[in-house]
Amino acid sequence: MTELSKTGAAVGEPTSASPAPNSFLEVRDLKVHFPTDDGLVKSVDGLSFKLEKGKTLGIVGESGSGKSVTSLGIMGLHTAGQYGKRKARISGEIWLDGTELLTADPDEVRKLRGRQMAMIFQDPLSALHPYYTIGQQIVEAYRIHHDVDKKTAKRRAVEMLDRVGIPQPDKRVDSYPHEFSGGMRQRAMIAMSLVNNPELLIADEPTTALDVTVQAQILDLIRDLQKEFGSAVIIITHDLGVVAELADDILVMYGGRCVERGPAEKVFYEPRHPYTWGLLGSMPRLDREQQERLIPVKGSPPSLINIPSGCAFNPRCPYADIPKDDVTRTVRPELTEVGGRHWAACHMTQEQRERIWTEEIAPKL
Amino acid sequence: MLAYLIRRLFAAVVMLVVIVMVVFGIFFLVPKWAGVDIAASFVGKQADPASVEAVREKLGLNTPIYSQVWEFFKGIFVGRTYSGGGDVTHCAAPCFGYSFRSEQAVWPVLTDRFPVTLGLALGAAVLWLVFGVAAGVLSALKRGSLWDRGAMVVALAGVSLPIYFTGLLSLAIFAFGLKWIDAQYVPLSQSFGGYLGGMILPWITLAFLYAAMYARITRATMLEILGEDYIRTARAKGLKEQVVIGKHAMRSTMTPILTMLGMDLGALIGGAILTESTFNLPGLGRAVLDAIRNQDLPIILGVTLITSLAVLLANLVVDVLYAVIDPRVRLA
Repeated sequence: MTELSKTGAAVGEPTSASPAPNSFLEVRDLKVHFPTDDGLVKSVDGLSFKLEKGKTLGIVGESGSGKSVTSLGIMGLHTAGQYGKRKARISGEIWLDGTELLTADPDEVRKLRGRQMAMIFQDPLSALHPYYTIGQQIVEAYRIHHDVDKKTAKRRAVEMLDRVGIPQPDKRVDSYPHEFSGGMRQRAMIAMSLVNNPELLIADEPTTALDVTVQAQILDLIRDLQKEFGSAVIIITHDLGVVAELADDILVMYGGRCVERGPAEKVFYEPRHPYTWGLLGSMPRLDREQQERLIPVKGSPPSLINIPSGCAFNPRCPYADIPKDDVTRTVRPELTEVGGRHWAACHMTQEQRERIWTEEIAPKL
Repeated sequence: MLAYLIRRLFAAVVMLVVIVMVVFGIFFLVPKWAGVDIAASFVGKQADPASVEAVREKLGLNTPIYSQVWEFFKGIFVGRTYSGGGDVTHCAAPCFGYSFRSEQAVWPVLTDRFPVTLGLALGAAVLWLVFGVAAGVLSALKRGSLWDRGAMVVALAGVSLPIYFTGLLSLAIFAFGLKWIDAQYVPLSQSFGGYLGGMILPWITLAFLYAAMYARITRATMLEILGEDYIRTARAKGLKEQVVIGKHAMRSTMTPILTMLGMDLGALIGGAILTESTFNLPGLGRAVLDAIRNQDLPIILGVTLITSLAVLLANLVVDVLYAVIDPRVRLA
């Protein structure tokens, strides 16, 4: 098992256990398992990827594919504040700017949180403390990592609110989260995340709880801020439209594993995994001829306790019987390079997939 | 905030007037309907009709009920003069009438006994808040541990065991068995040490019951709050776990605790009847218990009004504090 997942690395050169990664962020064979009464929930099961500064990685997958668990794992939020017996079991390596986070002293990781890596959450109303003003919360975030007085920190908070486009920031800084609209709250959340100029920003479904009209504004904001600060950004979403707009690279997750990864245009225009095809087919598109109906991915997401043997996608895959000897149901497919920096994990041959994509899938989209 | 406060105060005053009328109705109308003559019970069993008649006139019991209520209200604010039956008695404001049994004015009885009950309630509240909340938080943070299970078993015992059991047990052990303390009530004005000695067992006994309830509420609330998104945000900022718990989680946990505290304190200030009886404390609870036994209606009426006032005030304070803690309440 370990051997398999070790080689299940995502991109570029094969990874080894040796350190000294030259990427800004490198995740190697990350596993996050939760023991429950029903068994071990393998939320993330051997995930590897790299991310450079100034680049955006979009992690895509349906609910329960392990996207959020991955991001919380990088932030070290599975281990911080775990009370009671049931603790997450995390293994693998997470290298952030030369520091391995899983073996580092928890207090050192805490100091990196908020300063070097920050996070934007899905629902800003529940992610902001209802009893403190926006200003107080931003000031707190700033003062954890900067030894300044409250006045200076508040000036900084106003500056950040102004930067993310909140009108009258010197007044709104004293407002409470419930006095903001949804879009404003997410802007405030972004201001809070960026107050310490983090080099890694993780946005976990940043627009899911927002109006469609506000979504585009928030995405523009994230893109602008990334250009300005030059940080590395991970966007986690189930919405391919969101990553199409922002991401340089796309990583498609299914059942806690990476099934396809590559540059955004490759994954969009030459996808090489049936699950990615399914995602694309279920996405509404305006730039196409009027479509009869969207094509959903049939079936439901796999149980993370009993992940299907072989390819996790095989029960839902219309092409599961193409490879010979029932190999889809017995052998877990490895990520193999299908083009420049483009990897996919499927038992079908390259030629078979290329043919199906160009002849059957692409014309229907 | 000011408008909120004024609105709450106004509501409290209206509530008090309604309570006075209802209490008055219960204590003066119900005996009438039940065929019990208040004047006769004032005079005693072997009274001659003439003196009963005199009392009836003196207390104004022969006048219509609304004028009786009015006289009662007036008495509270400007005093009241009882005339009839020959002599004239002036009762200075605030006048709550005279005890049927001791013929003492009710107001001095209330002011005499109120500090005892207040001291009991406040002292116990401090104890149960400190220990109950601390135990609840620890249990939540160590959920499922031996400490958690142990604390919750003790809490269950605390909730289930009646005061007259735990109270008597503590008296038997510490006052009579070990003779550590002299369980005798001594007013605070006489001796501080004596006061503490007399109050320590009542405080602990009363606090044990409430600490148990507060520990359970605190644990449940804390567990819920720890699962909130904004706690995760606080950690994501890089806050130390002590600050996450002590500041962010505690502030939210305090809200339901404060609500409970307001109601509990208010009710206790009206008289902790069981505790006061068990430890023989001369507080409002004892006064009302004796009054009920002796059908001493003016005392019952007085204590009931004090209790209502205490509950109303406590709730008012809690409402204001609530608005201070939770900014969302200010809009409502």
